[in-house]
Amino acid sequence: MAANTDNVATRLAETYDSSGRQAGELPLSPSMEAFAEEARRLPTEEMIVNMGPSHPAMHGTVRVVLRIDGELIKDADVQIGYLHRGFEKECESSTWSQIFPYVDRLNYVSPMLNNVGFAMAVEKLLGITDDIPERAEYIRVIVGEISRIADHLTCIFASLAELGGLTAFFYGNRAREHLWELLEDVSGARLTHSYARIGGVSWDLTEGFEDKCREKFKKVRGYVSDIRKLVERNRIFLDRMEGVGVLPMADAISYGVTGPCLRGSGVAYDVRKDHPYSVYDHFDFDVPVADAGDNLARYLVRIEEIEQSARIVEQALVQIPPGPVIIDDPIIALPAKREVYNSIEGMIAHFKLIMDGIRVPPGEAYSYTEGGNGELGFYVVSDGSGRPYKCRCRPPSFYTTAALRQMIIGANIADVVPIFGSLNMIGGECDR
Amino acid sequence: MAESVLTTLHKHHGDDAILQTASYVGDEMALVERAHLLSVMQTLRDTPSLAFNMLTDLTVVDWLGQDPRFEVVYHLYSLAHKHRLRVKVGVPEGEGECWIDSVSGLWWAANWSEREAYDLYGIDFRGHPDLRRILMYEEFVGHPLRKDYPQNGRQPLIRRPDAVPTDDQTTRLLTHSHDRSVR
Repeated sequence: MAANTDNVATRLAETYDSSGRQAGELPLSPSMEAFAEEARRLPTEEMIVNMGPSHPAMHGTVRVVLRIDGELIKDADVQIGYLHRGFEKECESSTWSQIFPYVDRLNYVSPMLNNVGFAMAVEKLLGITDDIPERAEYIRVIVGEISRIADHLTCIFASLAELGGLTAFFYGNRAREHLWELLEDVSGARLTHSYARIGGVSWDLTEGFEDKCREKFKKVRGYVSDIRKLVERNRIFLDRMEGVGVLPMADAISYGVTGPCLRGSGVAYDVRKDHPYSVYDHFDFDVPVADAGDNLARYLVRIEEIEQSARIVEQALVQIPPGPVIIDDPIIALPAKREVYNSIEGMIAHFKLIMDGIRVPPGEAYSYTEGGNGELGFYVVSDGSGRPYKCRCRPPSFYTTAALRQMIIGANIADVVPIFGSLNMIGGECDR
Repeated sequence: MAESVLTTLHKHHGDDAILQTASYVGDEMALVERAHLLSVMQTLRDTPSLAFNMLTDLTVVDWLGQDPRFEVVYHLYSLAHKHRLRVKVGVPEGEGECWIDSVSGLWWAANWSEREAYDLYGIDFRGHPDLRRILMYEEFVGHPLRKDYPQNGRQPLIRRPDAVPTDDQTTRLLTHSHDRSVR
C-alpha cells in the first residue's frame, strides 16, 4: 500500500527534478509546488464505506461494506439476505405442485428455467424422467432458452446502464419486452409464469407461435447487434470492463462458480453440453468460453450465449413433434378440465391431487440444469407424503456472489459496480 | 464410471470411515463417519481418478426424532471426469455435540454455504474462518429451518433494548483479518 499512499507525490517527483523543473523547462508554479507539498503530507486513513443494500447503481439488494484506503479497496464484506423469505420453509408445507409459484420467484429474470429445473427434480424422484412426452420436452427447451436470452440481456443492459450507457439500456429493455411477449403468449404471465408441471407443461404452445417467435427473434437480434455496435468499441466501456474484476480459473472452480461466470474464466462447463438433459442433445450449439476472467469476458460470453440460445430455439421450432404435452398418468398429471366438470373420476382425481398432492416415493434426488446464471440444482427429499420433506435450491447466484469479495479487493470503489453487475446476482435466488 | 467412484473411495477408506454407500435414481451417495470427514474429503478432492474439484452444494436435512438428528449433505462434482457424488454425514443434536469439521479449507465454496447451514440449522462448523449468520439478521434467535421451528413463527426485527448487546457485525468483521491462504 505504501506505493499508493504517496501516489501523487511520487509521480510529481518523477516528473520534476528537485528544483521543481520539468526536464529543465518550466519551473513549477507556486500553487503547484504547494499542491505537491500537500500531496506528500496527505493523510491516508482507512475508511469504512457502506454500499447498499439499496444502492442506485447496483441491481440486487446486497450490502457491501468496504474498507478503503483512498480509492483502493483493502477489504470487503458482502452481506446478503435482504430478500430472504424462507423458500425452503414454505416448500415444506406446500404440496409438490404448489411450489411452482415459489420457484418462479427465485430467479425472477428467467422463471421458466426454474420451473423446468424444479419439475425435473421431482420427475427424477418419481422415476418418470424418460416418460415425459417429447413435445413437452421441446416446449420446455424453447421457453427456457427464451428465458435465458431475457436473463442474459437483463444482465448486460443493466450493467451497461450502471456504466452510463442508458441508450443500450433502452434497446435491451425493448428486446426483452419482445421476449416477454412471447412468454406471455405461451403462459399468460409476463414474469411469473408457473408454466411447467410435474410430468410436462401446463398447455400447448399457442397457434402461430413459431412465426411469432421468428419475427421477434429478428427484432431481438437487431437490438443485440445495436447494443454491440454501441459499446464494444467504446473507450469508456472497454476501460471499465477489460482487466477489471479478474476471477482466475482455479478460484472460480474453488468458489463453485458456474454458468457464464465460470465460462468467462476459461472453463467450458455447461450442464446442457456436459450432461445433456431433456432434449438438448438434439441440437447443434456451441458453448462460448472466454479466458480472461474479467468483466469483458463475462460480457462476451453472455452476448454469444444469446445467439446460441436463439439457435437452439430455432432448431427446436423445426424439430418439435406433435403429441401430448403432459404425461398420461392420473396419479401425476391433473385431469383435463372437461373431465373434472363432467365425470366423477375426473373430479376425484383432481380433488386428491390438489388436496393431498402428488405422492412421491420416499428418497432423495439431486437434479441439475443450466439456469440463467449457472448450475441450478434442486435437492429434494421426500418422506412419501404429498409434501416435500426438504426442497433445497442450489442457487448459482449464491456461489457467484461469494466470489465477489475476492474480486473487488484491490480494485477501486468505482469498479465495484461493474464487477457486481457482471456477476448478475439475482437477489431472489441468492437469498431465497 | 459411476460405480468406480464408490469403489475407488472404498480402496482408500475402510468401513470405519465409509459407513454406507448407495445409488438411487442415478445419484451416488456415501455416508461418512463424522470423525473421518476431512480425510475422506481430502481423498475425494486430491485423488486423480476422483478429482472432485468443485463443491456444488452443501445443505442439511433435519430428521427430527431420529438419531443422529441432522445430516449434512455435500454435493461434489468433478470437472475433469464429469462425475458427481453426494456425501452425507450424520450430526447428533445437543449442546456441544452438534458440530462438524469445516471443509472451507478444501473448497472456498464451503465458506458461505457453511455459514448458511449454521444460520438456518445451527450446526457448528469447526475451523470455519468466519462463522456468522448470512441470510437471517444478527438479532434473530433460533434456526428457522429446523423442523421444530414453527413455520409461522415471528420475531421482532429490531433488538429489544434490554437484550444482551452484541458486537456490531461490521466493525467486528473488518477489524478481523482473514487468512485467505487456504490450500
